[in-house]
Amino acid sequence: MAEAIKVPTMAEFMAQGKTPEVLFWVGCAGSFDDRAKKITKAFVKLLAKAGVEFAVLGTEESCTGDPAKRAGNEFLFQMQAVTNIEVLNGYEVKKIVTACPHCFNTIANEYPGLGGTYEVLHHTQFLKSLISEGRLTVEGGKYKGKRITFHDPCYLARANRIYEAPRDLLAKLEVELVEMKRCKTKGFCCGAGGAQMFKEPEPGNKDVNIERTEQALETKPEIIAAGCPFCNTMMTDGVKNKERESEIEVLDIAEMIAAADDL
Amino acid sequence: MEYLPNILFTLALAAGVGFFVFNCRKLIRNIKLGRDENRSDNKPQRFKNMAKIALGQYKMVRRPVSGIIHVLVYLGFVIINIEVLEIIIDGIFGTHRIFSFLGSFYDFLIAVFEVFALLVLVGVIIFWIRRNLLHIRRFINKELKGWPKLDANLILYFEVVLMLLFLTMNAADLSLQLRGADHYAQASGVVGAFPVSQFIAPLFENMDTASVIMIERAAWWIHILGILVFLNYLYYSKHLHILLAFPNTYFARLKPQGEFDNLEAVTNEVKLMMDPDADPYAMPEEGSADDVPAKFGASEATDLSWAQLLNAYTCTECGRCTSECPAHQTGKKLSPRRIMMATRDRIEDIGKNIDANKGEFKEDGKQLLDDYITREELWACTTCNACVEACPVGINPLSIIMDMRQYLVMEQSAAPSDLNNAMTNIENNAAPWPFNQMDRANWINEI
Repeated sequence: MAEAIKVPTMAEFMAQGKTPEVLFWVGCAGSFDDRAKKITKAFVKLLAKAGVEFAVLGTEESCTGDPAKRAGNEFLFQMQAVTNIEVLNGYEVKKIVTACPHCFNTIANEYPGLGGTYEVLHHTQFLKSLISEGRLTVEGGKYKGKRITFHDPCYLARANRIYEAPRDLLAKLEVELVEMKRCKTKGFCCGAGGAQMFKEPEPGNKDVNIERTEQALETKPEIIAAGCPFCNTMMTDGVKNKERESEIEVLDIAEMIAAADDL
Repeated sequence: MEYLPNILFTLALAAGVGFFVFNCRKLIRNIKLGRDENRSDNKPQRFKNMAKIALGQYKMVRRPVSGIIHVLVYLGFVIINIEVLEIIIDGIFGTHRIFSFLGSFYDFLIAVFEVFALLVLVGVIIFWIRRNLLHIRRFINKELKGWPKLDANLILYFEVVLMLLFLTMNAADLSLQLRGADHYAQASGVVGAFPVSQFIAPLFENMDTASVIMIERAAWWIHILGILVFLNYLYYSKHLHILLAFPNTYFARLKPQGEFDNLEAVTNEVKLMMDPDADPYAMPEEGSADDVPAKFGASEATDLSWAQLLNAYTCTECGRCTSECPAHQTGKKLSPRRIMMATRDRIEDIGKNIDANKGEFKEDGKQLLDDYITREELWACTTCNACVEACPVGINPLSIIMDMRQYLVMEQSAAPSDLNNAMTNIENNAAPWPFNQMDRANWINEI
């Protein structure tokens, strides 16, 4: 892209007395992890292309508390939640989009009971609505006809029954979608959930992400599509472990849509 | 002496039902040892779930082989129980086939019972083969060694014997009706239709009437006594699910699986901390609703809610949860089924302790955590909800794991050290990694 994309913060919007259409909740992975940052950037490019007036919290954003809650630290979770809700309510945020299913689940399901009620969308849902409203067009481009399998994030598919939006987007990309045996509400965890991302696994005979990667490889994919930065990390590591990274890419759907359009 | 069988039967029935009721009250008391939890909202949805999941067996058939056979055995069980009603009335009043006044509808009923008895027999034999001969992983797991495996097989043997007795009884009865024996023959001709036992009846053709009556009576008696014994076996067995599946699906969680309950006691404390007008020295009002609980999370079965304990008693150890669990699939110690079995074991032990000590629990130096469920199991969970999704009767093993993690972290600060680092990071710099919060928006400049 020739010109730099502006990513305004809520504070900047407020200073101008304006409110954005949607708040993009970036999440810790999307903010700090080098791999996940690529997803963040791809999604921002799509938002800009669709002409969405969006904002981020920037340095005012903080962890939703999901890993703390799943680790059993309810106190830390609620401290994080209440802090975030104060910021979000202060900016009178109504609609939130995020590329992280864990942030999505926590804000959508667990914040309302603590005083934070918003319309929360996963980025695949939001992109789908942009397409159906005609604000964003997607063509297969470089992915047309490619053999792709989609790994359902637990906190999106099983936990919140969202598994059509990402598949609808893949259909727009005109890929050949091959499902794994365990998909949608029967999906198999990547191994990162429940704060496992931040600890060593318990002893066993295999790591969960290796098992899931093997399941994905059975479909003989050219690309493993994901919808969660943590799943992305786990599957990327799994593919590397199998020494297949030169043939198989692990990509977020937002990255695929952006790349199909040479963004 | 003429009424001796009637009296004996009535006594046996009273004893069988009486002991069952006695144990049911114990069961209910044990479940009520759990902490309170409101599961009475949205009744229409709850009834719908019960109708769909328990009555309709909707989740069972997700695995078609075991699911469809289970539906047959379940239908057979429910339908043949109508016949038990007739057997009980006949037993009390010494009548013969009291419902036979229903005429051709009675013939139809008996025919249906017979067909289902045969289907149950076939189904149960397939179940036995699956459990004992085919090496199906969920049936040969570690936690099934010993009593659980015996229990599962005993249930199958019970059902085989009961169905064989039912068919033998019918065959002998048909034979007696055909030869016009006293008490059995009716003016209207043969009552009942016997599509299955008519093939057994010829075996009795060459026997004298007294012997056939002996066989019929023996089969009749052992069948109904067997049913009473089986009824009382339920409380000691995983087979309790045939009753508890109904309340369990009714009271199951209705929220999205991803939503974990927010602890109210913590909310009150956090609100107090965040409130600039709060008086830090204020004493909580005595008896007020926001009294801080004695304990965060669960280290003992009685720290769990009654709904979780009902879950434990409902579990029939089918292992669908464990076979879908990613931790278990990759060789970790965690098995969601074992979480439920251990919870039931513990609450049962607590119940027995209370019974043995005149209604009061005497410290036994044990608790659910460590003595029944290990930390290694708890920390292996990815909270992916696969077990919850897989359970055909709405059990939630994950909620127990979460409550116990809460105890470990909030009461004992006993999280794995990596997790402690992540949590410290969240506290200090608002991300699970050690990055400065002021660098959170740096990616914007990298586009």
